[in-house]
Amino acid sequence: MCEHDAKANCFEYIDSQMPRVPLDLVVNGERVHEMIDPAMTLLDFLRVTLKLFGTKEGCREGECGACTLIMNGRPVTSCLILAVEAQGAEILTVEGLSKDGELSILQEEFIREDGLQCGFCTPGMLMSARALLDRNPNPTADEVKEAIAGNLCRCTGYKSIIDAILSAAKREREALRNG
Amino acid sequence: MDKREYKYIGKSPDRSEGLEKVTGRAVYVHDMELPGMLYAKALHSPFARAKIISIDTSAARALPGVKAVLTGEDAPYLVGLYMIDKRIIAKDIVRYQGEVVAAVAATDERIAEEAVSLIKVEYEILPSVQTIDEALEAKILVHEDINDLEYMKGVFFPQKDSNIASWNKTVRGDVEKAFEESYLVVENEMYLPAAAHTPLETHAAIAQADPYSDKLKIWSSAQSPFAVRQLMAKSFGIAEADIQVIIPYVGGGFGGKAGIHLEPLAALLSRACKGRPVKYAATREEEFNQLPTRAAMRGRIKTGVTKDGKIIALKVYYDWDSGAYADYGVNVGRTAIYSGAGAYEIPNVEIHSRTLYTNKVFSTAYRGFGHLETHWVIERQMDIVAQKLGMDPYEFRMKNILGPGKTTVSGEVITESTGSPSDCLKAVAEEINWTGYQREEEREIQKKRGKVRGKGLALLHKAPAMPAFTSTASIMQIDGDGKVKVMIGAIDIGQGANTVIRQMAAEVLDIPLENIEVVWESDTQKNPYDWQTVASKLTFMGGNAVIKAAEDMIRQMKEVAAQVFRCDASKLTHGDGYIYHVHHPHKRLSYGSLARGYSYENGNAIGGVIIGRGTYIADGLTNLDKDTGQGLPALVWTYGAHGVDLEVDLETGDVHILKVASAFDVGRVINKKLTEGQIMGGVLQGIGSALSEGLKFNAEGKLLNPTFTDYKIPTAKDMPDEIVPILIENPQADGPFGARGVGEHPMISIPSAIGNALYDALGINFYKLPLNPENIALEIAGTQAP
Repeated sequence: MCEHDAKANCFEYIDSQMPRVPLDLVVNGERVHEMIDPAMTLLDFLRVTLKLFGTKEGCREGECGACTLIMNGRPVTSCLILAVEAQGAEILTVEGLSKDGELSILQEEFIREDGLQCGFCTPGMLMSARALLDRNPNPTADEVKEAIAGNLCRCTGYKSIIDAILSAAKREREALRNG
Repeated sequence: MDKREYKYIGKSPDRSEGLEKVTGRAVYVHDMELPGMLYAKALHSPFARAKIISIDTSAARALPGVKAVLTGEDAPYLVGLYMIDKRIIAKDIVRYQGEVVAAVAATDERIAEEAVSLIKVEYEILPSVQTIDEALEAKILVHEDINDLEYMKGVFFPQKDSNIASWNKTVRGDVEKAFEESYLVVENEMYLPAAAHTPLETHAAIAQADPYSDKLKIWSSAQSPFAVRQLMAKSFGIAEADIQVIIPYVGGGFGGKAGIHLEPLAALLSRACKGRPVKYAATREEEFNQLPTRAAMRGRIKTGVTKDGKIIALKVYYDWDSGAYADYGVNVGRTAIYSGAGAYEIPNVEIHSRTLYTNKVFSTAYRGFGHLETHWVIERQMDIVAQKLGMDPYEFRMKNILGPGKTTVSGEVITESTGSPSDCLKAVAEEINWTGYQREEEREIQKKRGKVRGKGLALLHKAPAMPAFTSTASIMQIDGDGKVKVMIGAIDIGQGANTVIRQMAAEVLDIPLENIEVVWESDTQKNPYDWQTVASKLTFMGGNAVIKAAEDMIRQMKEVAAQVFRCDASKLTHGDGYIYHVHHPHKRLSYGSLARGYSYENGNAIGGVIIGRGTYIADGLTNLDKDTGQGLPALVWTYGAHGVDLEVDLETGDVHILKVASAFDVGRVINKKLTEGQIMGGVLQGIGSALSEGLKFNAEGKLLNPTFTDYKIPTAKDMPDEIVPILIENPQADGPFGARGVGEHPMISIPSAIGNALYDALGINFYKLPLNPENIALEIAGTQAP
């Protein structure tokens, strides 16, 4: 319920009407400069200000993981982070995973292993997976489970997601070896 | 069995919409913004039952940016699918905590939010109906006007001056006499709490009313656009044709987005705002608190058996705590009278299913549609009866199992074409190496190491629960380059509908998958009719419609080609995108050359635009007799079974599932990868229902766990070590390529199989869900207490 004493649980962005502050950061390789509401979350900044709707909102309380993105190399739930905390940060969202119209290996493996059904958790799931593979190119199945434990999926039962991440890891290692 | 090799059926092509979904380009209603769009917020009742004395909206209306404030006075409409009992906004009385009492549309969320906080409601708190027994006592009526409510007659049976929204029953044979003749009679009571669907995308709708006519345009996360249109038209008293419902990608449904939800409120707000589009996206808390759930249920079951283990009598009372409204819930309850005896042949049966009103968040369809609930009762009871008989529960099931020549409780005779429950049970028993319950000595040895292993089996069956007149359709068009566009009315909510439809079209037309597109997104102004995207019916009914549409297209192309080749159309066949002569295969015409009529060299043209049409209606179904429940309710039964191997920690009560084997007689696998995906996902959802999920209310009916923090659904760390999907193919004669639906079935009977395995492990019978560590540890402590 969205009662006045529970604003934190409101689903849409609520403008605090505080004086605007400058925000400079890099999103998917592009420099961004905006004057923003200092009370705005990073998720709202992406969806409301930048109109990047790939990052999803499932609970607005950090429990579902649908809003996961990578900030300075670490996966974060963007609904719990203020946009101003990302000052100077490098942000990677689902829109930044493919390059020049080519899907990344990770995205290809999600399709091939059918690591998605309704697709709503998929962007957040992909970002948790990307962050894992960036810090651990050869994870075990248990390490994959640990890495995506904060990303809820109600459709797949997770098995196909884990398979997709493991096979992407294998292909990425091979690609690295083959230069 | 048909051993024919198919090109596309039974293979595992990737899902059609994968690319959009892995790139963040798939647009859901949550992502949509329209010019001039306003945002809706609602005020909810904090009480389970209260009289609305007054509502003062003046301060909210005075706030700049507020475009509309609506209360129940502004929404004099009842809406509902089977029981027309639900108000769009509460009027005079609130019936559950979370019910909408007022709604605001404003230029932004902050203003809408502030406006909601300025609405003053004076309530007189009333005593409420919180339990199944209170509902049956009927000292308080949740709907005082129950005698006047409109409902689907002949199918549902609301009881006068009661809280019983529908009382359905099956009476077959002489159950009391059979109990007298029984060697053993076993009675039990089982219970399971209400559960939430928790799609990752909450419900969302945008409505735009035309201020100069009745016309409404709706974008919704709904599973069933044509049901939204039909129910809204009926409620508002306008024409169906005036309502356009568009469905972009849907972030999970599981039944919770079937029927009608936020759309009418968004529509009324838009109308009040002179036609500006209004978006209402539910918060996660509203998803738990305001939007419907799976009903809680109590089953009281009595089974009579002969000495050698033949069930001769069954009497069950299924009582559904359906909450404040039963518009959809009554149909969940109705399933119990034709499938609530399980997949067994029982000659003497009495089943009562009562869908009850209480003052709690209301219930609706949820994957499995009553069957997870009834099978919790039936399949636990099967094990308990076997224990009392001293029989292996596998043997006991096999002794009573349905199969060709046997009769269901509603009088349907099963045939070879119906599929085989015993094949399923046998397969999972083998997969988990079932050898019967362990002996008490074996348990005691295991107990010394603090963890005990146990195995359990459970059977299941389900047929679509739908009106006897349910129908669907498909339209197909071909382009000049031979590529085909297919339109269906059902929605791909992630189950892979569009992918299997594409495979079936490719198989019949014999063209590559890449040349077929199932048109997205779905729009009631353009797509052909479909009843609802529910009941695991899309593969079966939609598939049959698509096959007919493709055959229709081939027939039309042959007619034109027959003129060109000056032969009878019966001499023509098709393959690889061509129509050709059976004896002179070089005489051939590509589909593309026939798509818009065939042109001769001199310019003469014959034929015309090729458009295929296919419809499918659930033929032969009947309503069930009011007093006996006899009739034909089932278009297609899908049988299944689970075998579970688990380990339980004696100290913590924590259950670790080592293996789940799940077998389903799907008739024919259309897409192996996607079918297995349904099984993997459904099994884990069933594990959620079994081990952790359940709504909790306090004595006043306030929902205590409306967040993911307190309502735990399974994460990747809660997976079993292994799930083994087993696909059995005994084809159904009238199924598309022999196929049956299997979308819902994987979660049915998972709780029962786990409960049965816990008995094997602990020697303790569990009667209530969830089987969370607390409940299990308490039971273990209880049995170990001096």
